[in-house]
Amino acid sequence: MAATLPPPRLLPSGDSAITVEFSRKIDDAANRRVLALDRALTAEPITGVIETVPTYRSLLVHYDPVQIGFKELGERILALAQLPVPAMTKTRHWRIPVVYGGEHGIDLEDVAKTLNTTPEEIVARHIAGDYRVAMIGFTPGWSYLSGLADSLHMPRRQNPRLLTPAGTISIGGVQTGVQCLAGPSGWHLLGRTAVRTYQLHRDPIFLLEPGDNVTFTPVDAKTFAEQDRAAEAGEFIAEQIAP
Amino acid sequence: MNKLVVASIGPASSVQDGGRPGAQRYGLVPSGAMDRLALAAANTLVGNEPFTAAVEVGPFGAKFTARGGAVRVALTGAPRNADIAGRAVAPDTSATIADGETLTLGFARGGAFSYLAIEGGISGEPMFGSLAVNARAGLGSPYPRPLQTGDELPAKAASGAAERRIELPAATDAPIRIVWGPQDDEFTDETKRLFVDSEWKISATSDRMGYRLEGPTLKHLHGHNIVSDGTVDGSLQVPGNGQPIVLMPDRGTSGGYPKIATVISADLGRLAQIPAGRAFRFRAVSMAEAQAEARKFAELLRTLPERLRAIESVDLNIDALHDANVAGHAVSAVDAGTWHAVSLADVAGPD
Repeated sequence: MAATLPPPRLLPSGDSAITVEFSRKIDDAANRRVLALDRALTAEPITGVIETVPTYRSLLVHYDPVQIGFKELGERILALAQLPVPAMTKTRHWRIPVVYGGEHGIDLEDVAKTLNTTPEEIVARHIAGDYRVAMIGFTPGWSYLSGLADSLHMPRRQNPRLLTPAGTISIGGVQTGVQCLAGPSGWHLLGRTAVRTYQLHRDPIFLLEPGDNVTFTPVDAKTFAEQDRAAEAGEFIAEQIAP
Repeated sequence: MNKLVVASIGPASSVQDGGRPGAQRYGLVPSGAMDRLALAAANTLVGNEPFTAAVEVGPFGAKFTARGGAVRVALTGAPRNADIAGRAVAPDTSATIADGETLTLGFARGGAFSYLAIEGGISGEPMFGSLAVNARAGLGSPYPRPLQTGDELPAKAASGAAERRIELPAATDAPIRIVWGPQDDEFTDETKRLFVDSEWKISATSDRMGYRLEGPTLKHLHGHNIVSDGTVDGSLQVPGNGQPIVLMPDRGTSGGYPKIATVISADLGRLAQIPAGRAFRFRAVSMAEAQAEARKFAELLRTLPERLRAIESVDLNIDALHDANVAGHAVSAVDAGTWHAVSLADVAGPD
């Protein structure tokens, strides 16, 4: 018999959802198990499950209590969650263009000062990273990426901004992110991308999936402006470089 | 083409239906009606499927004028004065607005949201199978935003069917039931007892994203930041100030504050209808009880057509209206006017 993994905690989120918690921390191994369970539930749907929401450390499973109860669903999830995590095959890899600094990344200079280096070095560290979409949440298309270099970790702002621009690329804590819609944020703004991770009347409406790989590539402000117009017209702008 | 023209409307009124589940993994919240039973009852009164799109009318008054022909409607949810060209419209009844006539709705009394269903539904272009307004995501049809004066809602010609009333279970002031979790272990047993033993009030700074609660301060065991995880309608988040926020249908899909408890699904509509400033309590129930209540609630929704009744006389109509006004907890225009929008950052936490 194959060795089983430690069981996740099953936390009730009301009578119609279960939080399947693999870790309390941001934890890469836990995120891989979250994504594996998510895929397992897609591959072998359980009657009554409505949708699943992967996050860094847990999978939220929404279900219809008329069709399946907490106990039975919990047992079936536990069985799936303890199977070995299969290797990620055919992972999509996206290259996302970013205009760094200046009016597009108003915190770049301050981040460099805080980390005792130059803005150029911050950009170099950020584009050197291989990131994975750990979760998408908060607002449509807001993609949280894991894999940020230790040398870019810094606490979030004391005072979150109430409005940050659409397409903002930012860092906060041990994470970096691609924000689609304008909205509040307590992260440090490094730049902007023309890529819309959420755009109505485009196929697909959502560009990134949890589990996708992402790298960033720098562009100048003029290119960003051109890409922004093309993106508005429905182009992806993000380049899919694998599989 | 028959239509209902919005002749006047306050904020917090929008087209809502059963919502659009299925894309929360992309950060898109389902939205949908704050009080699903009231939505389903209104639709049932005019022969629609229960979760057909209808107008969710906020605490303020509103006026709707029929143009291009008669439009048949039904009104449920928060009790309020209502009349068509001076003819009273009782709560939980259908009525027909003749071409050129205006339906006038007063301020909500003893609730927050009313539902105005239109026979044949509202014509629009569904996105992800729903017309529900989610202004932040640019979704909703015919208008991807709350309703404004001058908006037009395309409708079917009134069928001329006999008007109906619907007999709903009596309103109750019983405590709002919760199940503990998912993060009740971030609080001491003493804090949990304080939560269920105290009176709470809904703050005027509340909206479709979240209801802020006012009451005793709930202390965290390990601080107020957790790594973000998924949220549901009814999640009771406790931010840094210790004053819980109940997440409502326009919530963020993930949040970084500990969630001490979750309102059971059968009581969400009842919570949504508690007016700002009125005291209420929570009661913890077992998962078995919560799920039994969810099944009972589903059965109630399924059997709504069996609760339709003929309207026997005009007297009954007036009595029903009178009862509602007397029984309702008065909410003055000033109270309703204190409603403020919640900041997304406050509701969803630091992530």
